[in-house]
Amino acid sequence: MHPIRLILTLLLALLLTGAPGALAQADTVEALVRALPEGGYSEREKVIFALAETGDDRVARLLSVLGEGDLYLHEADGRVVAARRSGEGYAISDALSGEALGTVEKGALEKIRVNNRLRRAIDGAIAQLTLMSPRAPVRLSAARNLLKTAEPDALDLLDKALARESDADVRRVMEQARAAIVLKTETSVEEQLAAVEMLAERGDREALAMLTGALAGAAPPVQSALRSGIASVERRLALWDALQNVWYGLSLGSVLLLAAIGLAITFGVMGVINMAHGEIVMLGAYTTFAVQQVIRTSFPGLFDYSLAIALPLAFLIAALVGIAIERGIIRWLYGRPLETLLATWGLSLVLQQTVRTIFGPNNREVGNPAWMSGAFELGGLSITWNRLWIVAFALFVFAVLLAVLNRTQLGLQMRAVTQNRRMASAMGIRTPWVDAMTFGLGSGIAGMAGVALSQIDNVSPNLGQSYIIDSFMVVVFGGVGNLWGTLVGAFTLGVVNKFLEPYAGAVLGKILILVFIILFIQRRPRGLFALKGRAVDA
Amino acid sequence: MITKTLLRALDGKALWVLAALLLIAIAVPASNLALPSGHPLRVPDHFVPLLGKYLTYAMLALALDLVWGFCGILSLGHGAFFALGGYAMGMYLMRQIGDRGVYAHPILPDFMVFLNWKELPWFWYGFDMFWFSAVMVVVAPGLLAFVFGWFAFRSRVTGVYLSIITQAMTYALMLAFFRNDMGFGGNNGLTDFKDILGAPIQAGTTRAALFAASAVALGLCFLVCSAIVNSKLGKVLVAVRDAESRTRFLGYRVERYKLFAFTASAMMAGLAGALYVPQVGIINPGEFAPANSIEIVIWTAVGGRGTLVGPIIGAVLVNAGKSWFTGLFPEFWLFALGGLFVAVTLFLPRGIVGTLADAWHAMKARHRPASLEEGSPRPPKGSARMDPSPAE
Repeated sequence: MHPIRLILTLLLALLLTGAPGALAQADTVEALVRALPEGGYSEREKVIFALAETGDDRVARLLSVLGEGDLYLHEADGRVVAARRSGEGYAISDALSGEALGTVEKGALEKIRVNNRLRRAIDGAIAQLTLMSPRAPVRLSAARNLLKTAEPDALDLLDKALARESDADVRRVMEQARAAIVLKTETSVEEQLAAVEMLAERGDREALAMLTGALAGAAPPVQSALRSGIASVERRLALWDALQNVWYGLSLGSVLLLAAIGLAITFGVMGVINMAHGEIVMLGAYTTFAVQQVIRTSFPGLFDYSLAIALPLAFLIAALVGIAIERGIIRWLYGRPLETLLATWGLSLVLQQTVRTIFGPNNREVGNPAWMSGAFELGGLSITWNRLWIVAFALFVFAVLLAVLNRTQLGLQMRAVTQNRRMASAMGIRTPWVDAMTFGLGSGIAGMAGVALSQIDNVSPNLGQSYIIDSFMVVVFGGVGNLWGTLVGAFTLGVVNKFLEPYAGAVLGKILILVFIILFIQRRPRGLFALKGRAVDA
Repeated sequence: MITKTLLRALDGKALWVLAALLLIAIAVPASNLALPSGHPLRVPDHFVPLLGKYLTYAMLALALDLVWGFCGILSLGHGAFFALGGYAMGMYLMRQIGDRGVYAHPILPDFMVFLNWKELPWFWYGFDMFWFSAVMVVVAPGLLAFVFGWFAFRSRVTGVYLSIITQAMTYALMLAFFRNDMGFGGNNGLTDFKDILGAPIQAGTTRAALFAASAVALGLCFLVCSAIVNSKLGKVLVAVRDAESRTRFLGYRVERYKLFAFTASAMMAGLAGALYVPQVGIINPGEFAPANSIEIVIWTAVGGRGTLVGPIIGAVLVNAGKSWFTGLFPEFWLFALGGLFVAVTLFLPRGIVGTLADAWHAMKARHRPASLEEGSPRPPKGSARMDPSPAE
């Protein structure tokens, strides 16, 4: 429109690039943005470069909007705006500040067009802006991005950025990105060797892919370096994989421990086969769901505390149900373990159907509070927060239970009744009361396990059934009547399962574990840590 | 000697049961085939396979009773033996389809064509012959039971532990049969059967014949169980149930007796499964589910374990109740079944037949002159509790 005005603006921009005044810079950016709609593609490209040179934070966002083709000229007042379709018209916002400007009709806007050449220019400009950004996290993510794409055009830019980089972490990633680019381009052997070394040092899957990709076209000396680099990365990866498997195994083990630890009390200490144990776990999970439901509708602010509220509630509900089961059914069947098994199985069917009737047969959504979602990286390991919390929680519950059994009056009485019921009774212990409390404790812990499991598993009426066989396996494998056995059993089975999975597949791995336990029971019918002495035959 | 054992098995009550089964085996098919439809005494078409299914369940419950009621081994994995027998029969029926499958392959069953398999796996060889399949129906579950029992009983895994590992066994088998790679049809199992021994499987006459075969097989199993229970071997089994250690100290090789009972029972369960599959028309890995195996236990418990008639009555009653209940109030069947478990263990520990027998003996004792009572064989109160826990 006015080529002279455009050139003047550009000149002004170039003049002011180095100027320290923020106000002046802001003016320049605004002026450049105003110049964007004018002229043809080549003028636009120049403006984009000029914009990139400003180093302004807001420009990156603007350019990416432009790259997506969402930048428009608002014809009425000559403003450059970002627009998104909303209903009939377009919702527009200021291109730089992002301030919302209302909705306009399509006719009021004129698109600022880009072609492929401009898109490349925009990508380069964004890379430059982010790589030179004053904020280290922005530079880091830009460098990571570059490492992934390894765009050869970015080499010069990267060198420039490296020259002024002061943050060691960012610098390392930039150097690696540079190495990735160097490997892709025609450079001297020395430079390529250095690049191989740099990438081998990084040692993750991306580096491995880059090294393998470079293998085909490389010169002989570089090729041998590449091979040894690949081998070292693979060794490293294998180690991290093993560690990751151990972590997965510990995580699975903690889930098994949570599911089995209540059983270790009722089955292990009392000798009662409670097939409804899984359903008590399920009750705990549904308690969490109900608590979250109430919080969602009435107190949305408390959502992050939902688990803290659900935990004692689940313990209480499950413990009460457990005591009711003990008083109502199990106490009539002491000394007849197989019949206890049948009656509690029947009870589990009733509980399942009750929950199905109340909450419906489908999976229920239980949300993760903010502090349990997401993951973090530890070396080559990726650890999700919910798993970490569950491992910690399982160990915490185990410790508390151990303390209750060994340090409290109730624990003492429980052990006394287990060892010699009649003698304990003669010493004035109310054995029926102790039985009920023990069963309540075991069930309450199962309820708390349900709260934890609701965070990683589907909450459905079948939740309990999927854990009951596994839990029995853990208790039987670890040795009945021994909490430490349950701990060792749960973690062993968890880790072994996760190590078998990559080779045998999930299902076959599980089958192998079951076969292993069946064979193990033949060798040691009383489990890993068997009780010794006369109590065994009681 | 075998004839003598069998004759001893035929005393009194057993004869009545056999006669009743024979009557059913003739009457039901005859009424279905001979009477015109609409006749009030005619058994409707869909009832024949349903009743046949109950009879195979009764056989299964009888098989479980032999190990649980008489030997004190509570197996929570008898569904596995039943399903294995069913799979052996299903494989025969699959091979009989021939090229009439959807993919019209002359040899391979549909699911193998679908999985892009080129040739028949080795374990499918021979199943085109009926005699081979019939042998496998009892050999496959028998072998599994023998190996499993040999390991378990030799290392004296008893009571609850045994129950749990039998449950683990059937669970592991269920997971295995769900895999497509196993070559047993995976999730869908074996179905779409066309004919058995040349006769179309859907035809009324075939169904009637299968029903009669189930009734006769149940009768034979009853006879065999009765022979076992009434022999000296049977007495040792009961001794093992009531006091395992004492029996061992008396010099009996307890594990051998248990192994025998367990294997024989598994073979009967396999036979039941083989008769079940053609009448139901499908066998899939769901039959291995631990819940199914526990349900068998409740049939036996309801009827009365430790009696041979009990499990038959229990299986038919519970399953008829299930059919009726699921038709009327499908949501409440699990309540009813669960309640049944609890009620039977709490209030009817000897089951229907056992309780009735107690009542009958008590009544007879009251009406008998006091002088005769001393010598009369009273029901053994000690074992009346039928407590299968080792009472050391």
